[in-house]
Amino acid sequence: MNVQNMILTLQNFWAKQNCLIMQAYDVEKGAGTMNPMTFLRSIGPEPWNVAYVEPSRRPADGRYGENPNRLYQHHQFQVIMKPSPANIQELYLDSLRELGIDPKKHDIRFVEDNWEAPTLSAWGLGWEVWLDGMEITQFTYFQQVGGIDANPVAVEITYGIERLASYIQDKENVFDLVWVDGFTYGDVFKQPEYEHSKYAFEVADQAMLFNEFATYEKEADRAIAQNLVFPAYDYVLKCSHIFNLLDAGGAISVTERTGYIARVRNLARKCAKTYYEKREELGFSMLGEEEREHNGQQ
Amino acid sequence: MGSSNFLLEIGLEEMPARFVTDAMEQLKYKITDWLDENRIAYESAEAFSTPRRLAVRINGIAQKQEDVVEESRGPSKQIAVDENGEWTKAARGFAKGQGIDLEELFFQEKNGTDYVFAKKEVLGKETIDLLPQVETIITEMNFPKNMRWGTFSLRYVRPIHWMIALLDNEVIPLEIAGVTSGRHTRGHRFLGETIEIFSPDSYEEKLREEYVIAEPKQRKEEIRRQLKELASEQGWSIPINEDLLEEVNNLVEYPTVLYGDFSDEFLRLPDEVLVTSMREHQRYFPVEDRNGKLLPHFVTIRNGNKDYLDNVRKGNEKVLRARLSDAQFFFEEDQKVQPEKAAEKLDSIVFQEELGTIGDKVCRIQTLSQRLAEQLDFATEKVASVNRAAKLSKFDLVTLMVDEFTELQGLMGEKYALISGEEEEVATAIKEHYQPKSASDAIPATDVGAVLSISDKLDTIIACFGIGLIPTGSQDPYGLRRQAAGIVQILLEKGYPLPLEELIDETLHVLKEKHVLKEEPATVKNEVISFFRARLKHLLSDHSVRYDIVDAVLEGFSGQVEVLVNKATFLQEKLQDQEFKNTVEALSRVTNIAKDTTVPDVKVEEDLFSEQPEKELFRAYHQMRKELSESLDKGEVALAWESLQQLVPYIHDYFEHVMVMAEDEQVKQNRLHQMILLSREIRRFANFQHIVFPS
Repeated sequence: MNVQNMILTLQNFWAKQNCLIMQAYDVEKGAGTMNPMTFLRSIGPEPWNVAYVEPSRRPADGRYGENPNRLYQHHQFQVIMKPSPANIQELYLDSLRELGIDPKKHDIRFVEDNWEAPTLSAWGLGWEVWLDGMEITQFTYFQQVGGIDANPVAVEITYGIERLASYIQDKENVFDLVWVDGFTYGDVFKQPEYEHSKYAFEVADQAMLFNEFATYEKEADRAIAQNLVFPAYDYVLKCSHIFNLLDAGGAISVTERTGYIARVRNLARKCAKTYYEKREELGFSMLGEEEREHNGQQ
Repeated sequence: MGSSNFLLEIGLEEMPARFVTDAMEQLKYKITDWLDENRIAYESAEAFSTPRRLAVRINGIAQKQEDVVEESRGPSKQIAVDENGEWTKAARGFAKGQGIDLEELFFQEKNGTDYVFAKKEVLGKETIDLLPQVETIITEMNFPKNMRWGTFSLRYVRPIHWMIALLDNEVIPLEIAGVTSGRHTRGHRFLGETIEIFSPDSYEEKLREEYVIAEPKQRKEEIRRQLKELASEQGWSIPINEDLLEEVNNLVEYPTVLYGDFSDEFLRLPDEVLVTSMREHQRYFPVEDRNGKLLPHFVTIRNGNKDYLDNVRKGNEKVLRARLSDAQFFFEEDQKVQPEKAAEKLDSIVFQEELGTIGDKVCRIQTLSQRLAEQLDFATEKVASVNRAAKLSKFDLVTLMVDEFTELQGLMGEKYALISGEEEEVATAIKEHYQPKSASDAIPATDVGAVLSISDKLDTIIACFGIGLIPTGSQDPYGLRRQAAGIVQILLEKGYPLPLEELIDETLHVLKEKHVLKEEPATVKNEVISFFRARLKHLLSDHSVRYDIVDAVLEGFSGQVEVLVNKATFLQEKLQDQEFKNTVEALSRVTNIAKDTTVPDVKVEEDLFSEQPEKELFRAYHQMRKELSESLDKGEVALAWESLQQLVPYIHDYFEHVMVMAEDEQVKQNRLHQMILLSREIRRFANFQHIVFPS
């Protein structure tokens, strides 16, 4: 199965579970969790089911396109369901079957792995899913997001597209994966991998980036002061990406690191709080009648 | 009265492997405690667990609680009976309240007063009516980490999906987080079906048909058996790491052992790298030949049966290949940088925000270890080795390999140092300076490693104390207690004559030179000394030294650890002697009088001596003082004791003829000062006042 068909198969599968099929968000980010479709929407009592592919940038993992497994940018297929359905593990395993992975013919295990994102003030408990010893998915029950207790709890499933594809296509090198007939992963991503790695490690203007960080931080604060959550959050994402770039370039010492993470976290927490308050003002309009009554009683 | 069997099973999403065994035990004892409290008899209790279930079976559970007779006290006789000997209103009320007839009341004395009592037989309730209470036991289980899920407020180890509560064939109704109890259980996630259990006895048998081995011990034995079989088939040795076996056992419901291969080329990597990749990252068992040499194979335990093992093998081989290729890349890249060059990068890695970089720390270790090596009179070449090893002690922290496999710090340092042509003594010390890593770990075998280890640990402890980072309660983020214990262990086993106080002074000196201290050096010193004393107290108690002796030798201690331990064991043995008691009593007479030995300007003027015993004791004191010092410096505890013992007749003689509290103030002060001098010497051995003799 080529990469494109894998993505389409997963989209179809989760569409049948009544997930909104959304698109990747247009601001750089390190993980699908940071997409506002996950970060903001998993806050508060309103139900939310969504699935999308997220290209995720991790500058420090860039290897100039020379490493068979490590990438500046990889792809996550992200599913969020709130509240977490009782049969979520079974749904997930069904999705693997759709990809042609019959659990009876493999060794699939749920191995404890707890997730924490200090910049988002978020954490959860769950597993990494092992397919014949390879970690293919991160499976997390959010317990706290933006410093707010998750209630109800959202479950997040993050498939590592490249990992899964290299297994399905039996390829040792990520750049040999077939995206569609006639186009390999390398055709599409090798050049950007090289250029982004070179940029992040050697070329990036660090003084400019430090300035940007400060500018975006200020702007996020300004927007949030006006209760404009989504614009503010875009700037938080920008700060986070710039921080990652600076970090990859070795421009941030370990001492400063904690400080920068705290600055991003503070902004993320403010966004989370404001988002909740605004949804509350709007009467949590996505709640059903019954749930709203129930919520009113709490 | 007949007995029954009770089965309780909680079905969950996969629990963390490290929680399973404890959780199973906890469920069992919570249930049996509850049975005991409720007077429900039973014959035996069995516990079961897999990653997806915790279960307990109570065999031979009584169908009813035991009956009990309850006695209650009513009003006093005086109030209960009127002058005519008739029951009063109070007594009637009491009888009515207890639900018994008046004739059944009786009198009994309590604290000198007669009271009315009622005896009531409480019949035991049916077990089946009490069992729904186990619901609370389930919800009140403790786990190291809890979570919420869906819309439920319950915090639990993982979401609950089913529950069995069966008394013989009868379902006990429970409801937790939307799940009601029944008789359905689930088999293996992929190989088994959901089945019904009709009798608690058949639980594990029925599950086995569904590819679940519910008894963890049996599962473990099965893994062992298969490992053994594979090893003998292939002519291999598969060492069983018990921690890994325990973890793997709690990752599978139905274990099948299989092996895979990796390319010979990877065998050029250090063994530790291969083993860490396999064991820590993939939960594989490494394979060795009969001589303990690693072979290019690994063993993994599949959660399932023997079908399609080839797929599983191929998948695992691919994963390991990727990991080992990474490791090989790191190994080759790392070797391109000389250790000395790599060490320069430590200047940009922060050790602790207020304590500077690791580069700064390495500088301090260099200065300190140099001084210690000189104090220990190491030969010139050895001192040079200490210096070199200190300089390179942390360079491997910037290598790719240690970045990926943190647990290989020190070890990779040794490997890379050897490859780049460092002396073996230097390379070994780089590895050893992290030792002992735990109470059970070995101390550095070499002197160079030992001195480096002491220096590194002293620096960490005292630097942390110097900025107020002092461990409290369970808070010890830098592992200072373990490091202090490590220093003590090394000093003791190596027998280095380095007094604790000097070590602390040296370290403080270095820290002060480098401007790292925030607190007053004197304050830090006192805190560090008491910190070490607390570790030594543990050490001595572990050597089964009596607590009073521990207190006696530890008071005011800041010297050589070895001498301390020798003193303690010496005194512990001496306890048996009658003569010992006499000596201690004599010495204590002196220390009792001279309570405060810290007074300044202690001066004894021989001109003021009027009695012969005074003069003789003073002469004996001078003699003793010299001998005691020499013996203690050499660590000759028995000799030191003898010199104290020689004082005894003089002390007796003194107290027989001399009044310390003389009328003449000058004489009195002089005598007190003599006692203080003596007392100071005695306390160099121990404060004997702590020692308790049976009366």
